[in-house]
Amino acid sequence: MNKRELEAAAQSELERQKKFCHRVLCCNSTSCMSAGAGEVLKTLQQSVEDNNLQKEIEVSPAGCMGLCSAGPMVTVQSSDSENTLYKEVSPKVAKEIIESHIVKETPIDDNIIPSDFPFFAKQMKLVLAHSGLINPARFEEYVALGGYNALAHVLRDMTPSEVCETIHKSGLRGRGGGGYPAGLKWNLVRRSQGSHKFVIANCDEGDPGAYMDRTLVESNPHQLLEGMAIAGYAVGADQGYIFVRGGYPGASKRLDQLETAIRSAERNNLLGGRILNSKFGFRIDLRVGAGAFVCGEETALMASVMGRRGQPVPRPPYPSDKGLWGYPTLINNVESLSSVSTIINHGAENYSKIGTTGSKGTKIFALAGQLKYTGLIEVPMGITLREIVYDIGGGMLDGRTFKAAQTGGPSGGCIPAEHLDIEIDYEKFREIGSSVGSGGLIVLDNQSCMPDLARFFMEFCMDESCGKCVPCRVGTRQTYDILDNITKGSATMDDLVKLEDLCIMMQETSLCGLGQAAPNPILSTLRYFRDEYEAHIKDHFCPATECKITKSPILDLVNGKG
Amino acid sequence: MTVVTLTVNDELISANAGQTVLEAVRDSGGNIPTMCHLDGLSNYGGCRLCLIELGGSPKLSPACFTQVQEGMVVFTHTDRLIKYRKMVIELLLSERNHICAVCVMNGNCELQAMAAELGVDNVRYDYLSPKLAMDASHELFTLDHNRCILCRRCMRACDEIEGSHVWDISGRGIDSMVITGLNMPWGESDVCTKCGKCVQVCPTGALSKKGSSVAEMKKDPVCLRWVLDGRQKGIWDYEKRATRLAQV
Repeated sequence: MNKRELEAAAQSELERQKKFCHRVLCCNSTSCMSAGAGEVLKTLQQSVEDNNLQKEIEVSPAGCMGLCSAGPMVTVQSSDSENTLYKEVSPKVAKEIIESHIVKETPIDDNIIPSDFPFFAKQMKLVLAHSGLINPARFEEYVALGGYNALAHVLRDMTPSEVCETIHKSGLRGRGGGGYPAGLKWNLVRRSQGSHKFVIANCDEGDPGAYMDRTLVESNPHQLLEGMAIAGYAVGADQGYIFVRGGYPGASKRLDQLETAIRSAERNNLLGGRILNSKFGFRIDLRVGAGAFVCGEETALMASVMGRRGQPVPRPPYPSDKGLWGYPTLINNVESLSSVSTIINHGAENYSKIGTTGSKGTKIFALAGQLKYTGLIEVPMGITLREIVYDIGGGMLDGRTFKAAQTGGPSGGCIPAEHLDIEIDYEKFREIGSSVGSGGLIVLDNQSCMPDLARFFMEFCMDESCGKCVPCRVGTRQTYDILDNITKGSATMDDLVKLEDLCIMMQETSLCGLGQAAPNPILSTLRYFRDEYEAHIKDHFCPATECKITKSPILDLVNGKG
Repeated sequence: MTVVTLTVNDELISANAGQTVLEAVRDSGGNIPTMCHLDGLSNYGGCRLCLIELGGSPKLSPACFTQVQEGMVVFTHTDRLIKYRKMVIELLLSERNHICAVCVMNGNCELQAMAAELGVDNVRYDYLSPKLAMDASHELFTLDHNRCILCRRCMRACDEIEGSHVWDISGRGIDSMVITGLNMPWGESDVCTKCGKCVQVCPTGALSKKGSSVAEMKKDPVCLRWVLDGRQKGIWDYEKRATRLAQV
């Protein structure tokens, strides 16, 4: 396939879609599937058949539409009017969508999401632009929306150094949590000497409550493949790996999807040798992790790709000098690589206009917690946390008040109400003791107990520590024990001093990011909610209702029930 | 060979380019405490005792991995480092059942000596006191998980020097355990050559000669010397051996 054939393929797909007067897209990503989207899709197809409308209506599975709390979601595309979005579609509603909305042209008001719905109004969908509008299994639909144009443009009109420069100018920073400027990393790998070079897409997303990478991969896999191919061209690599977390629920289905995407791209000469009739060849293979959080750390990830035990090694040498099998390797998060085609298509200048001085572009967050609306959102950098919580999230659930937002998962921290007006920005988050992280955002209400939250994250880190270095292996266990005692009400004030001491020691001495960041949830909750820790220790009392201490024997003793 | 000059604790020392800070400091007569490092084996970077402060960097770096550079400013014994080293030893002592009074290595143990050297006089953390088994299935040696500090010296010695790779690690985090063969009793592992290098390199009483009682297990200095020499001569370094052969 060359560029002209690519355009022809896009044209013929658009014409195919025009033949239908309606397209009904049913979200088939994990959260909607768990709400019953599989049944909804079947009902949609069945009722189209029952009404003999196969020639007028196309029913197709699609990617994530964003509002995961109101799933399953269905989009109705009409050739003559705007898209209509339906929420909470049961099989019964699905039948009505076909029979009443499409046949009788009377939309079902109860389930319709108005076009000015606040959840969507403040978002800026660049990376997720096609998500929910295309069938991820069909490569033609991505091409019809301009897919692989960026790759064709790069291969024909740009030199590798120009591509790196474009990424650098765009201000894109590593979306996996580190926030390292992507352009710098690309340039480092491009300049390193090596007979081979590799590109790895880090899809080992393991933070509790975060599912940005998973959604990107299942909603629009070709966007990732295109980004990886562009990265491969820019740094001079000929082989890419997608490192997928093995522990994902339904991982095998997702791997099949990715495999299908890779194969169809290869069949159409968009991957493999001589891509789009250029001299550039690039292959992509899948590697499945064995289910360890630490493999999100780049050196551990590479060890796992090479078939070794997934544990980190000290840096330097950095992967850009000596990575996979000693060759220069570019490791980027799925979200960073998925942003690449957007940057090339829209231009680096336009991309860098979005955001703050230090952080550019858009960021995807998995919004969760005690909010009215939760789901996957893409917001411009520089939007305030208040806007995310109260405008996009629709505010707290009835009768609850905002207490804190937990960002960055087990490596991040809590942002209390006093900092609600903070802008989404890597440096500003770091200043207040949290981190943007990979994009998990959990909103906590006044019923959440902060020491218990810290205990939860420390338990996670303890389970996921690889056991190589002493501060992380034993430190996570010791801090967990102290936190457990605090939440049970059996700790002393000395323990609190010991806890803080240990946290700082772990931060400074641990080998890799997991151990260094593991104490962050404790330190940030201690910084803003120290009184809660002290209440647990001194008064054997927890101001929040959702806490184990109410059932603890110590409290019974204090109350004279023991 | 290029010689570089670096400042260690306000004193100038010279070192060969390509050396690590740990080697340079030890060559010049200084010392940095280590636990997982052993001259002659590959570097591991797990014990975090050899962390040093580099001038101009707020981060701590492991001396066993940091290469010397011209004009480098190194501090090996600041208050912060001494405090963290003590904490590492405390954490190690709290992790498993290190009861010197009944240990075969009492008096010869590197962990014990390190604790004494660093002045660890009490352990502030709760002892985890795990219930761990011993493995006495081998005809010559005994493995006692209660004394293991997971430094992986045995693993590296067996893999890099003997070439058997009998040892490996199972589990992760606090549940990590050294295992022999495919997690089978040591005596049943048919790749074990009974050379005893793992026993010689073990810093604690986790690996010992069968039949030794409390404080009776002693190291064979000749064996350790041989491990070190082999490294320096490049006997078990594939690249060095290849270049040496090419020169012949």
